[in-house]
Amino acid sequence: MSHYSAFSVFRNALTGNRHWQRAWRDPHPKPSYDVVIVGAGGHGLATAYYLAKEHGIHNVAVIEKGWLGGGNTGRNTTIVRSNYMMPGNTMFYERSMKLWENLSQDLNFNVMISQRGQYNLCHSPAQMDAARRRGNVMRANGIDADLFDRVEVRQRLPYLDYSPSARFPIHGAIFQSRAGTARHDAVAWGYARAADRQGVDIIQQCEVTGYIWDDGNIVGVETTRGPIRAGKVGLAVAGHTGHLADMAGLRLPIETHVLQAYVTEPLKPLVDTVISFGAAHFYVSQSDKGGLVLGGDLDGYNSYAQRGGLPMVEHTLASAKALMPSVSRLKLLRHWAGVMDMSMDGSPFITKTPIDGLYLNGGWCYGGFKATPASGWCFAWTIAKEQPHQDNAEFTLSRFERGYQIDEKGAGPQPNAH
Amino acid sequence: MSGFRLSTGGRIDRNTLLNVRFDGRRLKAHAGDTLASALMASGENIVARGFKYHRARGIYSAGAEEPNAYVHLRNESRLEPNARATTVEAFDGLISTSQNSWPDVRLDVGAVTGYISPFLSVGFYYKTFIGPFSGTRFWMFCEGFIRKAAGMGRGMKVDDPDSYDKVNAFCDLLVVGAGAAGLSAALTAGRAGADVILVEQDFELGGSLLSQPQRGETDDWLEKVKAGLKDLPNVRILTRTTAFGAYDEDVYGLIEHVSDHLQSPQNHQPRQRFWLVRTKQAVLATGAIERPLVFGNNDLPGVMLAASIQTYANRFGVLAGQRIVVSTNNNSSCQVAVQLAQAGADVTLVDARPHVCEVLAETLAKAGVAVLSGKAVICAKGRRKVVAAMIVPIDSCGKATGLAKRLDCDVIGVSGGWSPVVHLWSQRFGKPRFDEASASFVPDIRGRETVQCAGRMVAAQSLEDRINSGKSTAKSTLKALELKPSRKLHPKTPDTVLDTGWAKDIGTIWAIRDANDKTMGKAFVDIQHDVKVTDIDQAYREGYVSVEHLKRYTTAGMAPDQGKTSNIIALARMAELSGKTIPKTGTTTFRPPYTPVAIGALVGHVHGHHFAATRYSPVHDWHVENGAVMTEAGAWMRPWHYPEGEEVLRDAYIREATHVRAHVGIIDVSTLGKIAVQGPDAAEFLNRIYVNGWKTLQVGQLRYGVMLREDGFVMDDGATARLGDFDYFMSTTTANAAKVLAMSEHLLQTAWRDLKVHVTSITDQWAAFAIAGPKARDLLQLALSGAEISGEQMPNNHFVTGEIADTEVRLHRMSYSGELAYEVYVPSGFARHVWTALIKAGEAFDLRPYGTEAMGALRIEKGHVAGPEIEGRTTLKDLGLEGFASSKKPFVGSVLKGRPVLADPARETLVGLMITGEQGALPGSLIYSTNRPMQGHGEGWVSSTTWSPALGKNIALALVRKGKFRMGEDVQVVNHLENQSLTAQIVSPHFFDPEGARQNA
Repeated sequence: MSHYSAFSVFRNALTGNRHWQRAWRDPHPKPSYDVVIVGAGGHGLATAYYLAKEHGIHNVAVIEKGWLGGGNTGRNTTIVRSNYMMPGNTMFYERSMKLWENLSQDLNFNVMISQRGQYNLCHSPAQMDAARRRGNVMRANGIDADLFDRVEVRQRLPYLDYSPSARFPIHGAIFQSRAGTARHDAVAWGYARAADRQGVDIIQQCEVTGYIWDDGNIVGVETTRGPIRAGKVGLAVAGHTGHLADMAGLRLPIETHVLQAYVTEPLKPLVDTVISFGAAHFYVSQSDKGGLVLGGDLDGYNSYAQRGGLPMVEHTLASAKALMPSVSRLKLLRHWAGVMDMSMDGSPFITKTPIDGLYLNGGWCYGGFKATPASGWCFAWTIAKEQPHQDNAEFTLSRFERGYQIDEKGAGPQPNAH
Repeated sequence: MSGFRLSTGGRIDRNTLLNVRFDGRRLKAHAGDTLASALMASGENIVARGFKYHRARGIYSAGAEEPNAYVHLRNESRLEPNARATTVEAFDGLISTSQNSWPDVRLDVGAVTGYISPFLSVGFYYKTFIGPFSGTRFWMFCEGFIRKAAGMGRGMKVDDPDSYDKVNAFCDLLVVGAGAAGLSAALTAGRAGADVILVEQDFELGGSLLSQPQRGETDDWLEKVKAGLKDLPNVRILTRTTAFGAYDEDVYGLIEHVSDHLQSPQNHQPRQRFWLVRTKQAVLATGAIERPLVFGNNDLPGVMLAASIQTYANRFGVLAGQRIVVSTNNNSSCQVAVQLAQAGADVTLVDARPHVCEVLAETLAKAGVAVLSGKAVICAKGRRKVVAAMIVPIDSCGKATGLAKRLDCDVIGVSGGWSPVVHLWSQRFGKPRFDEASASFVPDIRGRETVQCAGRMVAAQSLEDRINSGKSTAKSTLKALELKPSRKLHPKTPDTVLDTGWAKDIGTIWAIRDANDKTMGKAFVDIQHDVKVTDIDQAYREGYVSVEHLKRYTTAGMAPDQGKTSNIIALARMAELSGKTIPKTGTTTFRPPYTPVAIGALVGHVHGHHFAATRYSPVHDWHVENGAVMTEAGAWMRPWHYPEGEEVLRDAYIREATHVRAHVGIIDVSTLGKIAVQGPDAAEFLNRIYVNGWKTLQVGQLRYGVMLREDGFVMDDGATARLGDFDYFMSTTTANAAKVLAMSEHLLQTAWRDLKVHVTSITDQWAAFAIAGPKARDLLQLALSGAEISGEQMPNNHFVTGEIADTEVRLHRMSYSGELAYEVYVPSGFARHVWTALIKAGEAFDLRPYGTEAMGALRIEKGHVAGPEIEGRTTLKDLGLEGFASSKKPFVGSVLKGRPVLADPARETLVGLMITGEQGALPGSLIYSTNRPMQGHGEGWVSSTTWSPALGKNIALALVRKGKFRMGEDVQVVNHLENQSLTAQIVSPHFFDPEGARQNA
């Protein structure tokens, strides 16, 4: 496999770009692997990559029902940040951020990590106080954070609504300068290519139909392409976690919900950062191609269909105009949906399961993209070492039983938080 | 291309000249033109520049599928980027400018990227800009240039001056598309009495019939059908309206372009109107889009979809050029060629198929069309416009079998067949089915009971078939609607010359290559995103073979035209490369909207103040009139403080709080949630929902209560009064009113269906005022009649009813401030009357209003918890409220509150902080033991702070690990963000009057 560089692009151009090699192989499944990861999204591919790279476990397959990166990895709004306050989350997401910062070099694939910064706007003194607490926890853990007042926010983001007619006035914002965006598809492709180069088999169009059991333990998976035995099976299937766990007889504190995302027509640079509206669930950034990428809240009903309804479209766009009135004449180009594995405290699971041989990575709610590198890194660690790394130590299934809810919002046990 | 206006013909009003401009140049425009037809009539060849290589681009189509002709429309605050010239109706005063070019569209410096295009091969940006350096700086440096180069139009940063409207509409049948099929469907259903909405994106009804010659047989049919529809009051016809999305439960989104054909909206009309239609049945008759053939330089101005040349000629009276080559693989181009020849053009039909059927050949010959069969255009010649076509003999796959010959021409029409517009159907139902006979994706109609498809959309070919399919689908919807079709005859189906359709004998070629299977020059698959055949080939080579990977890696189909002309070409090429069939290769799912929709249109009136409801206390106006500074509290506006003179917040609240402790104050607490809990099991309900017991509460009494969430964390607190045997009046915090009601309803409807209880929100029905201070009783004794409220007769936690200013009120004795205090409950309609009476009566006692900031100071002095402490992660014990919990009964949260982590003695608990020094702490600061490193999550955090007027000190409430056992300890209070580090002593949170002597006075 060739190494990507400006030179390789130049050299290939001279020969009519006819000598590029496959980014990853298209192998047939072998009868058995040391580890089988189910789900070739960002998390699954990253897990395979780090299993090989960090733990020397190369005999790994990632199996995928559809096409790699075709689920939530390719449907999200690409935001990357590490502004988490709760013990158990803070250092995990910061690990992710640190991995992001050198991911392109590590994978030899430009995942376009762009640290354009993220503003979480505050619209009341109480929100400013809550932001201060979050920011202080971040700072005290070595994560960058700044608290800006209205004047400073207005200087930096002059195009937001500061007029008297704004329903929710902007009091200030908490800002993380290292936050930003990444090119979501490139993350899946970059990990796929890098894992493939480490000998990992990525097997697409291969759906899990059941598990292979031996004395109560899972020792492989039944698939549409035949049985595949495995020393260990790891699930990284996002919105389908409940379904795959159910096949193993596990009932999880996860519900699957629809979340929509939106992009406008391509425009010359308009929004140079990531902005979250604190008065409604809404955020906006602009892609390198020029589209404004908008995100909002869940549609609110359980579904596996990757499409949503108009009420949330209207609400999200209303939030966009409330925040930034000038978007009114810009046009919505496309909206789509993904299915989210919503856990009951908004935080994920990276853990062994009660079944020997089965490992779980799920419950990412609508915030899994930013976690991709650390999720893979910690899941690989957990699978390889049979115990969690300290950064994912709290992402267990038993935390609800113990009462250790990692609840960033303080919203309680509802499947609508992250 | 050198387009010009024909001397006759066209559905335009030649008597009305419009002032229409493009890049400052005046165009020849008439009423009935589109911006594109006006551009073409005025000989504007280059109307845009390509996205990546900035190549010159001309008008390519005559409809929503247009990939090239995107412009800035209007200017200043009405500037609209990326307006599609082919669907912009010409109006007087229209100003348009080119976009994505510098200095202008005719000479664009960006075109130099064309010279380095081999290095900008597909996905090059994933392989470069990684840099030898660590971190993201190098990439971000490069990205800055990429971002500037990308994008198309320019967005404004000013407010939109126009308004938008929204309609919720219902109907029996929604017909989308007013071509032959849609019109027939609407007429059939309309005559049967169905409530029909007929939607057409164009400003005229007729669809492709408008592209037929004027005053022909089709016009006759069209006029009759239009007249028939006009007679039906049950048919609503919406022109200039796009059905952009189909959603579950038969919901459709439409955008009506009410004023987009005017310079600015007139007579208070909105610019656009969003229709949210809920229909019982739908007929989708959205037609088909012509598919291109791909060859070298197929993006040159002058290369156009074949049928669009016909449209410009017949509908707009504009001939795209004098010498026209039509390159096709199907019969639909025969009619195009003949009509263009009749319009006066010199036409050569280049047919990819080895034989043209005899009947067609005869007609073509008669019309003077030269026919070259078994041949195709392999390359267009020209720099800024087409000057010639290179024509080669080809095999059945589109590969050259001989040498190319040059044929001079100024326009090349292309037709590679047609693609039904399956978008709406696919948005709802997923992937369409590939129909081999017509070589196109069509809706898979099985099992779709409420959605029918008709006309070209289901690959119906002849006009007769299209009309009939409209009728028959309408009839089947009538069956579902239980309506009978009318017997009235439809107008006779017109005969049209060469009404062949595209399916019969269609050739299966997509891209024309030389003998080595290479395209000549740049051959674009997706013209709008500059994706070439070689890009598809490279993506295949690199393993991006799934259609989803292909789309994302090459960006084919992801531009504003959403790949209307390109998707299937990319697919076909991938199928060819992988040796699979097209259906095996798959297709992507279409996403709404069909064409881009202005954000403002979907927002409607929901912006500015109307973005969310604002809730006002019934006494709101008094506060404003009396100088209160208001603040947001959720949806509510509350008085924050009442500054006197030049007072700032701090001065005002200190004065107000001091006044309450010294004299008496009044605060509007109408925002508190109020819930009527009524029914024989009301006490049992309260017993279950609160942690404390309610069975002993007597009529006339009230009690403070705490609620947990099911998971054992504190949810809310408040007081509930027993008004009668089965009648309780619950109050909640302002923030949690809806949550408490929702939880109550949920439990009563699911877990506790045996309880005979109703819960009703009465927040808006009752106003409430707290009167607090040593003189509170004296004041109320004066103001209130009909009740005895002496300390003995009315101790704490009791209520009485009486009258204030002839209005019946209820008086609760309960203190939040720690002073002798009462709450007056008044029906909202009398709130201001009672409030002003109290203010007046209070003059003698120096009664002053106080705001939420002073209230906060008072409650912090007392150590009462509020929102910052009840933050969803604190337990009863954490907040020192465990004494309220009954051990004799279960209640919501009683089981899960015992989980080990919740019961852990090392948890953070509520304490007071006495801050050392003059500077106060800020909420959200972290707490560390003295001499411990200030890192990690800290040993606690500051929840609420104030300067205490009563103590003359800076105090705070905080949650500190094992706080209860650390009384007297000095700790560090650190605000990293604002560089503040203070020392404080941990004390009891009950700073002031801990025995409660004042409130019990």
